[in-house]
Amino acid sequence: MSIGNTDNGVARRGSPLQTLSASFTFLRFDGPSLTALIALIAVSLFALAVPPFLGDVNAMGSVSFASPSLTHFMGTDDLGRDVFSRFAHGARMSLLVGVLAALTSCIIGVTLGAIAGYLQGAVDIILMRVAELFQVIPRFFLALLMISLFGSNVAFIILTIGLLGWPEVARITRGEFLTLREREYVQAARSGGQSTRAIIFSEILPNAMPPLIVAMTMQVSSAILLEAGLSFLGLGDASNPSWGLMLNEAQQFLTRAWWMAVFPGIGILITVAALNVFGDHLTDVLNPRLRGRGR
Amino acid sequence: MSALATLRFIGLKILSAIPMLIGVITVNFILVHLAPGDPISVLVGETAPTQEQMAELAAKLGLDQPLYVQYWEYLTSVLQGDLGYSYVMQANVSDLILARVPSTLVLMLTSLLIFTVLGVGLAILVARKPRSMFDRVGSFVAVVGYSVPAFWLAQIALVVFALNLRWFPTSGMTSSRHAYEGWAYVGDVLLHLILPASVLGLRYLAINFRYARASMRDALSQDYITTARAKGLSEGRVLLHAFRNGILPIITVFGLNFTDILAGTVLTEIVFGWPGLGRLMYDAMYSRDYPLLMGMFVFVSIGIIITNLIIDIVYSIFDPRVRLK
Repeated sequence: MSIGNTDNGVARRGSPLQTLSASFTFLRFDGPSLTALIALIAVSLFALAVPPFLGDVNAMGSVSFASPSLTHFMGTDDLGRDVFSRFAHGARMSLLVGVLAALTSCIIGVTLGAIAGYLQGAVDIILMRVAELFQVIPRFFLALLMISLFGSNVAFIILTIGLLGWPEVARITRGEFLTLREREYVQAARSGGQSTRAIIFSEILPNAMPPLIVAMTMQVSSAILLEAGLSFLGLGDASNPSWGLMLNEAQQFLTRAWWMAVFPGIGILITVAALNVFGDHLTDVLNPRLRGRGR
Repeated sequence: MSALATLRFIGLKILSAIPMLIGVITVNFILVHLAPGDPISVLVGETAPTQEQMAELAAKLGLDQPLYVQYWEYLTSVLQGDLGYSYVMQANVSDLILARVPSTLVLMLTSLLIFTVLGVGLAILVARKPRSMFDRVGSFVAVVGYSVPAFWLAQIALVVFALNLRWFPTSGMTSSRHAYEGWAYVGDVLLHLILPASVLGLRYLAINFRYARASMRDALSQDYITTARAKGLSEGRVLLHAFRNGILPIITVFGLNFTDILAGTVLTEIVFGWPGLGRLMYDAMYSRDYPLLMGMFVFVSIGIIITNLIIDIVYSIFDPRVRLK
């Protein structure tokens, strides 16, 4: 393409493997947010593996509203349930919903974005108009409407959040495909007689990965926030405590038990902040054009 | 010519908003028909409407008609401003919604104005000095503001500032014990406004700081800034140069974030018992008042479409290049 794109071209030179290994340089300087994420995953695994926490998170204890102590790190709630074990299960729920919903968005978004960007023409116009519509639609309100109409089990919540998040991914994928499809190596593959599918999946997609990885982290964090908001309204899956559901339960006891509200919220804040910071760092690392400008 | 081009652009933008509007209404229509049970039982929910109301609803939905006729009827009635009837509240959905809009707007706009100015101001302040103390503090606050669930922050603010310190009232928009009038009334509302507006504002501050900072730094690295400095302009004038070019992207970013901001407002309202759309939505959800929930969805969507339309138009006025696309 034009000369203006050369710096971009340098970024994409090298095999997909090199790109991937380069993208892991973030490990060197993004300690805090990675540590936070790993710690949360460890906490949720710990809760599953260590006997006292292994049991039913909904099991009621004898002491209600016990403040945080050595026996109950985060106190107990109105029904005497251990807040820490619920917190840990909540971590698992939030991360699970976040990652699976983001994966759903990415699968739909990448597929549609690739089709639009590669084929262009009428398909592109229609798909992008639909994406635009989905971006304008108030996601939270639609999710709320859908879940209250169709019921609130975990799978449906994941699917709903995933279905509402694809336009961002589709737009990014499309943009990448629009530029990459004109590159020499793609033209070479095309004139070499490779099938369209092979070109899309083995030539273009690997090179479009860097911005997609960033988009994926952002999808996870916004899915976690969306799930928390829905559960806070009581639309979550009641049998699987999530951080949002815990905050919903805490609302009526704000005066009596601050710990019921404080810990789950800190969990959401740290996870989402870690993902956002991580995504920002990835953008810097994966986009060498911005590198060296001093952050 | 230029005025004509602007008008043409605005006209095209308005035209392109119409398919969006139809899209939103279509989503609603599909949901009613996909929902478990027939549309009538979905719409009346757990209420027991009178015979007349049932007959009226059946006639309005035209369930004996083919689907495309039903769709056309629904589309045209919504486009004429009829959002349906709430059987739970025994009132027109549009009346119920419009009654709550002012309180939500008071909360949103106050917070938006104050914290946008703060966020952009802070970004301009630090744009020339990256890695300074202010920059680090600002960036930290921005990450927190961007990541924190507004409703949780609302709960914590409520516990600390209203329940423990007793600086602010815990809920509502006015005191229930006194009926203030005139300026005292305004003061009363303002006192109730401080906590929810600040909680919401942290997100505006974060979004604006984040983007204004990036945008200002980008603008400051352009050649015309070097030229301006070389000409010997004061740093204040240089910043003004950068500001005029750096501020535009922020408007678009706001449009993109508007839906999340609305969700945050609604949830914050619920925590603080603010008598706006959030509270209405919460009640509608619990009483399974689907006509009201659907009406709110259409209403909020229209609000977002119009906001984006205004943003596009404002943008084109400030940056004529947009019109050429």
